[in-house]
Amino acid sequence: MKFGVVRFPGSCDEVDALMACRRFADAEILWHGDRDLAGVDAVVIPGGFSYGDYLRVGAIARFSPVMEAVKAHVLAGGPVLGICNGFQVLCEAGLLPGALLPNAGLRFLCRQVDVEVVNSDTPFTRACAAGDTLSIPVKHTTGRYYAPEETLREMDAHGQIILRYATGCNPNGSLADVAGVVNRDGNVMGLMPHPEHAVDPLTGSADGSCIFQSLMDHVEEGPARLAEARA
Amino acid sequence: MSGPAAVASHRALGLTDSEYDLIVDKMGREPNRVELAVFSLMWSEHCAYKHSKKLLRRLPTEGRHLLMGPGENAGAVSVGNGLAIAFKVESHNHPSAVEPFQGAATGVGGILRDVFAVGARPIAILDSLRFGELTSARSRYLLDGAVSGIGHYGNSIGVPTVGGEVYFEAPYEQNCLVNAMCLGIAPEERLIRSAAAGVGNLLVLMGARTGRDGIGGASVLASAELNSDDASKRPSVQIGDPFEEKKLLECCLELLERGTLRSLQDLGAAGLSSSSAEMASKGEVGLDIDVSKVPLREDDMEPFEIMVSESQERMLCVIEPQKLAQLQGVCERWEVRATAIGEVTGSRRLRVLAGGEAVGDMPVEALVDDCPLYDLAPARPEGQVYPAPQRTLDSHEPADILPALLASHNLSSRRPLFEQYDCLVGSRTVRRPGHADAAVLDLRPDGAQGAIAASIDGNGRRVACDPYTGTVEAVLECAANLACVGAQPLGLTNCLNFGNPERPHVAWQLERSVAGMADALTELGVPVVGGNVSLYNQSGDGPIYPTPVVGMVGAVPDPERAAGAGFSTEGHTVALVCSPAGTVSLSGSQLAKLHGEELPDRLPEIDVTGTRHVIEAVRDAVRDGELASAHDVAEGGLAVALAECCIEGGIGATISLPSYELEALFGEGAGRFLVSGPAEALESLAELATPIGAVGGEVLQIDRRWMWTLDELREAFGALALAFP
Amino acid sequence: MKARVLIRPKDGILDPQGQAVERALPALGFGGAANVRVGRLVELDVEDGSRLDEMCERLLANPLIEDYEVQVIE
Repeated sequence: MKFGVVRFPGSCDEVDALMACRRFADAEILWHGDRDLAGVDAVVIPGGFSYGDYLRVGAIARFSPVMEAVKAHVLAGGPVLGICNGFQVLCEAGLLPGALLPNAGLRFLCRQVDVEVVNSDTPFTRACAAGDTLSIPVKHTTGRYYAPEETLREMDAHGQIILRYATGCNPNGSLADVAGVVNRDGNVMGLMPHPEHAVDPLTGSADGSCIFQSLMDHVEEGPARLAEARA
Repeated sequence: MSGPAAVASHRALGLTDSEYDLIVDKMGREPNRVELAVFSLMWSEHCAYKHSKKLLRRLPTEGRHLLMGPGENAGAVSVGNGLAIAFKVESHNHPSAVEPFQGAATGVGGILRDVFAVGARPIAILDSLRFGELTSARSRYLLDGAVSGIGHYGNSIGVPTVGGEVYFEAPYEQNCLVNAMCLGIAPEERLIRSAAAGVGNLLVLMGARTGRDGIGGASVLASAELNSDDASKRPSVQIGDPFEEKKLLECCLELLERGTLRSLQDLGAAGLSSSSAEMASKGEVGLDIDVSKVPLREDDMEPFEIMVSESQERMLCVIEPQKLAQLQGVCERWEVRATAIGEVTGSRRLRVLAGGEAVGDMPVEALVDDCPLYDLAPARPEGQVYPAPQRTLDSHEPADILPALLASHNLSSRRPLFEQYDCLVGSRTVRRPGHADAAVLDLRPDGAQGAIAASIDGNGRRVACDPYTGTVEAVLECAANLACVGAQPLGLTNCLNFGNPERPHVAWQLERSVAGMADALTELGVPVVGGNVSLYNQSGDGPIYPTPVVGMVGAVPDPERAAGAGFSTEGHTVALVCSPAGTVSLSGSQLAKLHGEELPDRLPEIDVTGTRHVIEAVRDAVRDGELASAHDVAEGGLAVALAECCIEGGIGATISLPSYELEALFGEGAGRFLVSGPAEALESLAELATPIGAVGGEVLQIDRRWMWTLDELREAFGALALAFP
Repeated sequence: MKARVLIRPKDGILDPQGQAVERALPALGFGGAANVRVGRLVELDVEDGSRLDEMCERLLANPLIEDYEVQVIE
């Protein structure tokens, strides 16, 4: 199993994500200018400020060559995990529903928060149980999840809202406490909290590990369980 | 030679008549405008340290772990396994007072460049901030802007801000202080110096285009006292672009990895003038620079403007001509602009060309070494020169005093600031801001044996009381903070923030402060690896509190054992650890400030050797894994430290003391610690530790008389949140 | 030709920047200002003005959360 972590100009957490992935499987950096995913099984789009977050967060990165390959990977059913800026990029690229807006408090906020697993039948959460609470940090200025009401209802109905901030922990004013979502096909996930910063109790918590563990299980064991769940 | 001759404009540029005469003498003629602009910057206080250089020679600069001392872009110490930590603190005070967001942001950008200019990857930022009281709208504006600016730059470039400190005192009302410290890591053999070498080699400018940012910044902004029309200085404020710097950083590190560069230097204050002159001086060579090749943001810039521009996110390097293609390849990959703008010559002169025409020609030695150094004329003032603070508390009852101290802005929780900084990126942060007395960064993933710790300290109020003792305290406090996480100091960087050194009492403060720093460092055996001096922090209201800020880096063998500040476990014993000869006093304390008492004009003498023994004993106990928590007893005294340990740990404590005098509860003095752990574990601290109670419950109870719930303490401690609506 | 694109948060989308400005105005003595929205302004020279809408839809604005308005200046 091999993870690929995309590096854009302005990515910041790509090495953190790479090191987190390597606790579970092989992992390598994917350069934004390449159109080739080097045979990786799962793609991680990391946090940071791709292209300086200029114009609008994630707006420019989505046009980089590597994103063409990421889209093809998604169409082929391959899993893609977008963390923070990666989530923003995936929304801008239309691979995930909704958008991320400036925090209600307007400030950058770095804080350990509790997040609840809403749906554990996804390639990203299968190692967790629904109802689990994970302690994972957030750190962002633009993390307020928004989607039109109808979209949000549909997402809810299809189990696409897979992580919510626990009661009292919504750090940014996200609608319906949304912390992480998947696309309709269930193979693209975006979340604002940083699981790569929660893989070692020494640096705060290891609760983020389950996201990477889930992805590894998914790739190694195949998507059987997910398909069953759908059927 | 072109350019109008300079007629008496030297004064406007901050040069004295006698300095100007000396320049004419060194040049053998009158300087033209380009030359005068370059000289005025190179001979400014900021670049030439003309009022502080002689004093700074007193500081110890030798140490077992030292790899690179003062004089380079940043100093460096060895942390074993062939790895080096480069670090430095620098001020960006005056730019921040004019435009706090950009001033602080570019301050961070500048110190980051200093660190990667020596070949190290920046891994942590700490900052030290001073503002006027938050009752003032201006101070709230400056605080908000500076904190946002630091966060904006550090967060965006992906370097964690892991610690820092902030104080609010009226003398900083007009002159806020923004000092930023950066630490970087590098394999020892990759450390690079800035000396230009190899006649015929190319000088390449990398990074952002050059605009009119900060024209005259170094001499106008950094060396003149601020006055009320600061708004008019706004156009020359530099604007930071962390995205550009992120690319530049990655690009420079890759070039160093590949061995492409002969030398590297960042462009900071005084831009191309200072960086090129410094490179030529250190390499004992000359440089020809063709300003017509410098990529510009505005077309119509004059040669002198290009030479003095302080546009951010630029680096200067020297390469062998055959490596140009390799350099350009790497720069293209990172989307970084790179332009050969000149070459190394054997002339020992800095020549400025515009196309084919020479527009400036100066001896490098005159620029860098010949600026006259001034002796200070120190005089101890009669009594205290600072006005008494505004009284904000009348009560002398401990029941009222503790919440009042916790809620006072100098002591309340820094969490509302720290939450605006990414403290996690890099995955090295073992102890987050506020969780322990020093930041702890795990270097094992980088290939080191253990971790490092860093702390930044400086209490201007105490230094104002007694420049010598206050500075000794700052150094000891920094070492004490490191001890709490089990760190042994490796080196220190300093930033001396003072008023106008031409005033005798400021000169006296500076002289006594440096003497205190030298003595304390000698006692601790810690060398200074580099630093910065910021003078003329003065306005119509008088000088700032003298504020030497010290940043210390230490080695932590086992980060798992780095103690947190908070109490952790029901039933643990709480002990006060201090030197038997240690003294505490309310004089110059935070309580005295709340009571509106005038600053004393001296502090009780400190037993530095005894304090060192205490610090070492605590460090050893932490390293042995004996202690569950360790916290330095600092501002606000013992009662405040107890409250902090309870709040941080989320657990109460029951305390009984030999004395309940206000001095025992709230007095301040160096070298005291609050530790907790199993009773038998505290035995290793022997006669230094006095058990004073036990951890447990939901309240902090002192004697039978006073009791505060954790919620009451937390509410008081959260007062600073109101400054960030 | 020279064009100007005004981008603003869609109606109904919470605009905390706008709210912050709105709160600050009365504090500075400017009463009576309401419905403050903070957006972006993009100015550009283009050879082919017919593609401006497409540019906005794809890059300059995010149609999910932002409205835009193209003005041709000259």
